[in-house]
Amino acid sequence: MDFRIPVGRWIDTAFNWIEANVAWLFDAMKWLFLALYDAVNWIFATPPALVVILVIAVLALFARGWKFTIGVVLGLLFIMSVNQWDNAVDTLALVLVAAFLAVLIAIPLGIWAAKNETVSTIVKPVMDFLQTLPAFVYLIPALAFFGIGVAPGIIATLIFALAPGVRLTELGIRGVDSEVVEAGQAFGASPRRILRQIQLPLAMPSIMAGINQIIMLALSMVVIAGLVGAGGLGGDVAKAIGKLDTGLGFEAGLSVVVLAIILDRFTGSFGEDNGLYFLLRKRGRDKTKSADEQARLEAQQTMDKGVQFPAGMAS
Amino acid sequence: MNEVIALRAQGLYKVFGRHANEAVAKLGKGASRDDLGGATAAVIDASFDVRQGEIFVVMGLSGSGKSTLIRMLNGLHTQTAGSVEIGGASITNATTAELRDIRRHKVSMVFQHFALLPHRTVIDNVAYGLEIQGLAKDERLTRAREVTQMVGLAGWEDKFPSQLSGGMQQRVGLARALAADSDVLLMDEAFSALDPLIRREMQEQLVELQSQLGKTIVFITHDLNEAMFLGDRIAVMRDGRIVQIGTPEDILTNPANEYVEQFVQDVDRSRVLSADSVMRAPRTIIYQGSGPHVALKLMRDEQLSAAYVVKRDRTLVGWVSDRDVLDLVRKGARDLTSAIKENHGAVANDTALAELFIPAIEAALPLAVQDDRGRLVGVIPRVTLLATLGGEPDADASASPRPDPLPTSVVDKALDASDHGPTTTAKEAS
Repeated sequence: MDFRIPVGRWIDTAFNWIEANVAWLFDAMKWLFLALYDAVNWIFATPPALVVILVIAVLALFARGWKFTIGVVLGLLFIMSVNQWDNAVDTLALVLVAAFLAVLIAIPLGIWAAKNETVSTIVKPVMDFLQTLPAFVYLIPALAFFGIGVAPGIIATLIFALAPGVRLTELGIRGVDSEVVEAGQAFGASPRRILRQIQLPLAMPSIMAGINQIIMLALSMVVIAGLVGAGGLGGDVAKAIGKLDTGLGFEAGLSVVVLAIILDRFTGSFGEDNGLYFLLRKRGRDKTKSADEQARLEAQQTMDKGVQFPAGMAS
Repeated sequence: MNEVIALRAQGLYKVFGRHANEAVAKLGKGASRDDLGGATAAVIDASFDVRQGEIFVVMGLSGSGKSTLIRMLNGLHTQTAGSVEIGGASITNATTAELRDIRRHKVSMVFQHFALLPHRTVIDNVAYGLEIQGLAKDERLTRAREVTQMVGLAGWEDKFPSQLSGGMQQRVGLARALAADSDVLLMDEAFSALDPLIRREMQEQLVELQSQLGKTIVFITHDLNEAMFLGDRIAVMRDGRIVQIGTPEDILTNPANEYVEQFVQDVDRSRVLSADSVMRAPRTIIYQGSGPHVALKLMRDEQLSAAYVVKRDRTLVGWVSDRDVLDLVRKGARDLTSAIKENHGAVANDTALAELFIPAIEAALPLAVQDDRGRLVGVIPRVTLLATLGGEPDADASASPRPDPLPTSVVDKALDASDHGPTTTAKEAS
């Protein structure tokens, strides 16, 4: 049978056309990606490693408490000790830039999808498509547009990590109690105001989970990004595969794991109630809290008494 | 009652699904809700006026369309057909911006599950409407504090809603609506999520606040007792249609159809109905000026053993018994005054039925009902009281007076006769 749909040829044609006609756009994007990447990289790479570890440790103490801090310090020292610090910083920069851009796209898109059924029905299959299409496949056009280096790594990571951000934002906003949204409408608030004062704050836990997922998925892409010359830990893993170097592979691989756990716990702590920052706030609140509880019980009692009066009146 | 119309709904329809407009046309021609094909009619041809300062209750079971109806009153649901006006401003024809303006200033809402903003403190929740109206922070907090105090939540301003009990949360909801200072308050099953004691308390507080502030309130409920307690007028809804609009007494005593009648069966009539809704015209009354002869004749004609005595303007003076009047007649007296007993035990005409039982037992005559100027306006025989409680106020008409017991002499004679008569049959039987 000779029947064949020339999908491959169509797509080739399309990408060739894009490459020929909107190259300026890709140049601009490449410039932006590299600028962001270099900036983040500079922040982490300029001070000595131990200083960076110290700063991260202090942040960890504030975010989750001392156990997490010990874990973070041990993990980062491990990365240093296997001589992967520079690679880890490169990877971190790539992940942070890709995740930042993904969040920048995912949250507005999620909000739009939550507010508009048509957008929602279009976005849903597109996100499925982006998430299930093997990452290597869209790496090919990315390479064609951006050439070897960090930029195709960032775009591939960004596209791959986008979906959970969009989905969880949409879900979070749709999940806000409709009566509370109605309350906003009933008092004459504009849609923008309802979004800002009601929907976004109440959807925040879900949106935060989305951001956490974006970062985790971005990390899982670093090895693939390493294949296209983005360097970092992924680069070393790729190198180890080429040379069948188990030792190097594990050193780089374990460093990815350490980074992943640290980033996950950091982003997971947004909106959670622990860490030094929370403790400091809580100590202040605890003092008033027991007094509150007492006041509440007293008020309840006076109200219960209050009930008897009108009930007696009615009989 | 003040006759200014605060809210007017005319021919309101809400149909969900496709071909909504065709469905409205069909319904308008008298089609029933079930043969509309794909469309679902939630509200069918609802028309009513709510007077200023009135509590207008819309009552119906779940699925009767009452929540959809109240949401059309402030445009949260767009009507399929019909119109709504609040204070002369059309809701149904308003542009989005006009609608927002009406919601800010003319109508506010209290929700079944409170719908407070959980991330804001009590005072900020109460001030929410004012914030949207664009009031400066100081001003809105001052106003919010006043209202918070008014609903009895002083001292709780800085708590979060999750720290409050259900009843207190709904006070916040109520305060938020009151703070917005709109004329019309829509309350959607506002007390249904509260437990019975708190609900009762909130109902009483609402009535009190309403009498202080004179707000117009549209109150949705599925609880008939709540409707009867709160409502100046009640609209009963069934399957999307309003089947009756009337005062609580109208609905109880004059149900428009069998559905309403069944519905009101369980109502505690004794608390809703008042004396003047069950009283009857007295069989006879005696004027103070008439002499003992006239009085005795009147009582004989009506076969009464006693009667109320009134002045010419029907002001109640007291009552007389036939025996006392008979004594006066035998003595040849010309004046009734000495026979009049003043302990008539009359009740005011707005007394609730529940409070009539003891006076009715104590009164020698059918209980007298007075208006606020002391005039006798009617009487309530005990039979009527019982019949009303049973749900059929007119049943007493068929209640014939029990005949007097047979005179003792007659009974004795009959008993004596039977003792000497067919004794054998009695023995056989035993």
